[in-house]
Amino acid sequence: MKNRDEIAQALAANGYIADGELATAVSLMALLKRPLLLEGEAGVGKTEVAKALAKVHATELIRLQCYEGLDQSAALYEWNYQRQLLAIQAHRGQQADAIEDQIFSEKYLLERPLLAALRRDKPPVLLIDEIDRADDEFEAFLLELLSDFQVSIPELGTIQAVTIPMVVLTSNGTRELSDALRRRCLYHYVDYPDIDREARIIMARIDGASASLSLQIARMVESIRKEELRKVPGVAETLDWAAALVGIDVRDLHDAPEAVHETLMCLLKTHEDKSRVTREVTERLLGKVA
Amino acid sequence: MSCCGSSANYDEIDEVSRFVAGRLAAFLATLRDNGFAVGLHEGQDAASLMTAGYAARPNLLRSAFKHLFSARRSDWDKFDGLFDAFWLGKRVRSRSTTMGSAKAANNPSLKSLPNNPGDRRAGGDSAMDQIPSADEAPEDRAGEGRMEGASRADNIAEIDFRKMAEPGQIEEAHAAAARLAKAMRTRLTRRDLARRRGYRLDLRRTIHGNISHGGVPIDLVKRQRKEKPLRLVMLLDASGSMSMYTGVFLRFIHGVLDEFRQAEAFLFHTRLAHVSDAMKEKDAARALDRLSIMAQGAGGGTKIGESLQTFNRWHAARVIHSRTCVMIVSDGYETGDAALLGREMAALGKRCRRIVWLNPMMAWEGYAPEAAGIKAALPHVDLYAPANTLKSLTALEPYLAKL
Repeated sequence: MKNRDEIAQALAANGYIADGELATAVSLMALLKRPLLLEGEAGVGKTEVAKALAKVHATELIRLQCYEGLDQSAALYEWNYQRQLLAIQAHRGQQADAIEDQIFSEKYLLERPLLAALRRDKPPVLLIDEIDRADDEFEAFLLELLSDFQVSIPELGTIQAVTIPMVVLTSNGTRELSDALRRRCLYHYVDYPDIDREARIIMARIDGASASLSLQIARMVESIRKEELRKVPGVAETLDWAAALVGIDVRDLHDAPEAVHETLMCLLKTHEDKSRVTREVTERLLGKVA
Repeated sequence: MSCCGSSANYDEIDEVSRFVAGRLAAFLATLRDNGFAVGLHEGQDAASLMTAGYAARPNLLRSAFKHLFSARRSDWDKFDGLFDAFWLGKRVRSRSTTMGSAKAANNPSLKSLPNNPGDRRAGGDSAMDQIPSADEAPEDRAGEGRMEGASRADNIAEIDFRKMAEPGQIEEAHAAAARLAKAMRTRLTRRDLARRRGYRLDLRRTIHGNISHGGVPIDLVKRQRKEKPLRLVMLLDASGSMSMYTGVFLRFIHGVLDEFRQAEAFLFHTRLAHVSDAMKEKDAARALDRLSIMAQGAGGGTKIGESLQTFNRWHAARVIHSRTCVMIVSDGYETGDAALLGREMAALGKRCRRIVWLNPMMAWEGYAPEAAGIKAALPHVDLYAPANTLKSLTALEPYLAKL
């Protein structure tokens, strides 16, 4: 899988329409063995990249959702305390050392996403979602993991990665990431797709969306994005809207301006935006959609 | 084993690869000059990419290098231009090397006005916050500490920045501004730490968390008051009309960014530039040099409204939280749409805790906020203060400490 066109095709076959640059990034991931950091507005399909990548390689997707306060026990491993306690009760009377050896063994270890990703036979895709939500400390820890691909568990010793997972990190930019992490990763900025690509995405994802309708929807969304909005609709919103339109059997946007305006709630998610795009605005925008 | 024919060939390849390596190294240096964080590792990877066949196709190589060398959106956006300029010889705007501070003092176009820092013109709105005055609060002698930075140089503390003509004096002012920024930080942080130390045991979580130990409290869970430290976001007007002051404020910003844990800085004139990263350079002079690249296009009016619009749209969500003080340093001479400025100020005001507008011209005798820009902006400003001397900068610190 060297050629970027091949990669783009394989991604497309799995429902992700990539641009040339993203395909290059994916080919570089394999070549340079570096993680890929995806940044971009919410809803432009960052997470989808990892999902499609897992499908392309027919491998497992291991996802770690980051949040404030995420720590090692939730991300890496934890001991199964309940079972350990039971084991202690069951082996009462034995030598303390023997019990200790037993309860601190693999059997009582709970894998969390990061450890799981290191111990698969086939390299999985490890998706570290919204890394910007995690704390600085966790970021530093992650950095160490991503450079050595090994973890040390005090009671058990060092665990070396069986295979090197393909790591995809995503960030919405709510917090500035450290330079060290940025440097270690390949960087790709995921932008809103152009009209053509968005139309192809709609066709690939929504059953029953015709080529002409998809193009109309993509054009409409493009012009809505140019309006002054508080929350610019992403690809996910576009797909929702397309699904809604297809669901109520709209074949052509011009035939049903009323339905178009009423379903705009799929795209506009704040009251301010909703009141800004009035019926007149909708009609004006529809006029631009040839 | 090897025959001589092929060894000559190897030499040739060697020659070529040495040339390529040299060019690559030069490219990396160019990137570093433009603010990219590129290390040795990236260089090696780049070299291995070139040998892997990417070198033959410029478009592919550009895309590959772009992913490899960029680390943030700003890198991402300017990479193509740099790549084309370096490898394909296309024209790109050259970097200018003007430093704002040098020409600050001898601007003949402005007549020197008598300076009176004590005469603070509380700009119109009485709903605005007031700077706690040192004279009114005699118990605030502890405040000496905050003057620490400036007191050693108190002969220059009250001189208007634009009147500092001798290079030595300017240098001293810069150093004092940096020290002042440092002093401000120490106090704010100390306060923060003292609060954090006051934690106590969280009984409920401790019991729950230790069920697995049979209820024996082994892992203690503690409570910590969660305080968001004050974040300072500074927007500095770098337009022509402010040129006498930009130098010293840049130095001040450099000091604050270096010391505050949470601070962001932006420059604006006709457009907005995010300069925190450039300003984090340890050496102040180098930081200013790096800035000059970003400040390209200075002069030709000030579009405060448009710059604020850019800020609100692209940066505000990231850099502003509920404990953020936005500090705008500008004279308020708007050459764009004043109504837009008013709207954007209102939007900004909704997001952040306080807006401080520092206007160096405020202390000039006979100055009144008459310009359309400042008139539109003032209703949304929480604190409108002069900032033309070190003393007036120092006076801000207790205000910030209270937030």
